Amino acid sequence: MTPSGSGVHAALEMRGVTKRFAGFAALQEVDISVRAGSVHALLGENGAGKTTLMRIAYGLERRDAGNVFLFGRALGVAHSVRDAVRAEVGMVHQHLSLVGNLSVVENLALGGRGRFRPGEVASTLERVSSESGLRVHPAALARDLGVVEQQRLEILKALSRGARLLILDEPTAVLAPSEIRDLLQWIRAFAKRGGTVVLVTHKLREALAAADDVTVLRRGSVVYSGGAAATNEEELGRTIFPKPPAAAASSEQLRPGDVVVRARDVTIHNARDRPSVRGATFDVHRNEIIGVAAVEGSGHRELLRVLSGRWPVHSGELELPADISLIPADRLREALIPSFDLAENVALRAAGARRGLLSWPAVRGRAAALVEQFAIATRSVRVPVRTLSGGNQQRLVVARELEHDVPLLVADNPTRGLDLRAAMFVHEQLRRAAARGAAVVVHSSDVDEVLALATRVLVVFDGVVSEVPGGGGREAVGRAMLGTT
Amino acid sequence: MSDLALVAEAFWRGSLGTTSALVSGTLVRAIPLAILGVAIAIAFRAGVFNIGAEGQLLLGAIAATVVGLHVPAGLGMAGLLLALAAGAVAGGAWAGIAALLRARFGVLEVISTIMLNFVALNLLSFLVRGPLQEPTRVYPQTEAIAEGTRLPLLLSDTRLHAGLIIALAVSVAAWWFLARTAAGFRLRAAGASATAAASAGQIDVARVSAWALVASGAIAGLAGGIEVAGVTYALYENLSPGYGFAAIAVAVLARLHPLAVLGTAFLFATFETGALGMQRDAGVPSVVASVLEAVAILLVVAWSGRLSAIRWSWRSTRADRGGAPAASEA
Repeated sequence: MTPSGSGVHAALEMRGVTKRFAGFAALQEVDISVRAGSVHALLGENGAGKTTLMRIAYGLERRDAGNVFLFGRALGVAHSVRDAVRAEVGMVHQHLSLVGNLSVVENLALGGRGRFRPGEVASTLERVSSESGLRVHPAALARDLGVVEQQRLEILKALSRGARLLILDEPTAVLAPSEIRDLLQWIRAFAKRGGTVVLVTHKLREALAAADDVTVLRRGSVVYSGGAAATNEEELGRTIFPKPPAAAASSEQLRPGDVVVRARDVTIHNARDRPSVRGATFDVHRNEIIGVAAVEGSGHRELLRVLSGRWPVHSGELELPADISLIPADRLREALIPSFDLAENVALRAAGARRGLLSWPAVRGRAAALVEQFAIATRSVRVPVRTLSGGNQQRLVVARELEHDVPLLVADNPTRGLDLRAAMFVHEQLRRAAARGAAVVVHSSDVDEVLALATRVLVVFDGVVSEVPGGGGREAVGRAMLGTT
Repeated sequence: MSDLALVAEAFWRGSLGTTSALVSGTLVRAIPLAILGVAIAIAFRAGVFNIGAEGQLLLGAIAATVVGLHVPAGLGMAGLLLALAAGAVAGGAWAGIAALLRARFGVLEVISTIMLNFVALNLLSFLVRGPLQEPTRVYPQTEAIAEGTRLPLLLSDTRLHAGLIIALAVSVAAWWFLARTAAGFRLRAAGASATAAASAGQIDVARVSAWALVASGAIAGLAGGIEVAGVTYALYENLSPGYGFAAIAVAVLARLHPLAVLGTAFLFATFETGALGMQRDAGVPSVVASVLEAVAILLVVAWSGRLSAIRWSWRSTRADRGGAPAASEA
């Protein structure tokens, strides 16, 4: 570890950085200092502002206030990615940005200027590869590379542009344990050679294994900052998930009824046919609200898709009811058709199984009743759904999915992007559905929301589904989510 | 100025100004445009870009001709219905090739339907020079189809045939199907948002798209059958002056509404017969019709931001190009 003495600038210095999205403060007065030649872990739960902070540093997002210095040079508010690259900074995003149909060499050349000289790019690749120890076959197409090699290529892209500071956003989310070990080792070696790494993650163990310094963000503010040696998993876990204030409403009066979902040794593969959930065994009963807690990339998304009946299991036994309601995370892509009017969107539910003619007067009547009952602000049921506010769109989704008493309701981040009042409304509806006899399975990126709603908490970590005993409590759930139990 | 008046008069007399121009020219031309416009509207509404209506029309014409040549006399009306049904089946099967290629191998229907146009055109050329050529083997065309398999004229001493009634019926039926039936709603939902249709509606989008393409082809094939049974009575190479392509504009101009297609088909037919009149009487090249059609389309596209199918394709190409990767976490 090289202490940053006088005259040695920090690789990245951010002072008082504030960022608002539509009035909501994503970052408030954030200070962070990343010493040159160090590995700096940036921790926090989903939505804490980690990625936003790093996107500002890299010039992908504008800050509303504060200063950013890269290797001692101040950057203007409107600095671009090009400025950041010139300041020898590279960023590898959580979702890799390679062009699948181009070769490794061609991907490396993307974003360059002037003529494309394959020979020159190939020799650059060769040089950077041997310096860094990261090997990728130069002629292979990007889409034929495995995840590990794709990630290597992304890092090589940054290094070939002279990056001395690498920002890695959740680099381990897609990797297997042994691959994670290799990557962390490489990160350490890179720092030893004088490079600097910001490791954005919500996995504590990795952070502590690789980092010299740690900064923890919570709801857009720095809540911890210090040396990695001076702290431990438990302490950090508490900073990331502190004790919540007592929830206003609770689901405590709910008592479980008959079994609705019966899962025995269920294994789920994702769209790329890789296992996401392994050997899950659990039951879900009527009148229960099952909270699913997990950090991104743990397999919970795939689990919810399967429970909603929209994705097949790979192996194992799963009994699901025939009629399942779903409140997906992305309402405008998966729940609603923005160009269709409210009545048509009400008719959309289970349209796949309908036969014969549609009676629009009847559908409009039902839609009007839902508008009334769920207090959806709209001029009429015949206006396109895209003209509604986000909160009213979500009310419509909830109204439609709960129009009939269903045995099972699956909800993924049902209050995303909603204000407090709208969020409370959605919570109330979920509780009522459970009280009427539905089994509710709900996931939220916000652990507090999961805990506020759930009568029972299932945690998914690294594809393994487990129940947190005795209702858990915030700390136990937080530890389970991070795999530190 | 007098020149301009002369041109305008030639346009008017060629298209709408005389009963014979209107009835035997413009209306007769509007029939295939309207039916093909409906075919294309159905496919586009489902989010399937069927550019192959021309080829599907030709296949329909071939099949109807084969039936028309071989149907035994004395079947009467049944022979005609058989010929038209054969046209629809052939057009649907031709589009079915593209649907199958899309479902099995992920071939974009835009590409496959365009390519199938060329195949259809060359198949037609081969047939009228080979197996289906008239007995004297002089002209590259077939014999005339049997009297019984021809569409009756609506007005004597004109060329206006009963295909007009079929065009009206197809248009109304398509509107009713899209607006009132569960299957039509599925088709619209799949085209407007494939993800929401699959997730919220639990609709089998791939299946809906495939059937929409086949239905679109069948309607286009029917138009081919009607052209043979109502206008040409025989098969030859220049049977269609690019109706299948003009109909894309007809459908888009109608904002993919099956009833509005009737109006835009008539408008385009007017442009074309008017332009032919201008060429004949005033010496103005008939390509002016293409200019007029293009201007009409540009005006509508500029005015209306609601061409959902078209907008959808623009949006998706923009997303494919991708700028900065989206923030996955706030």
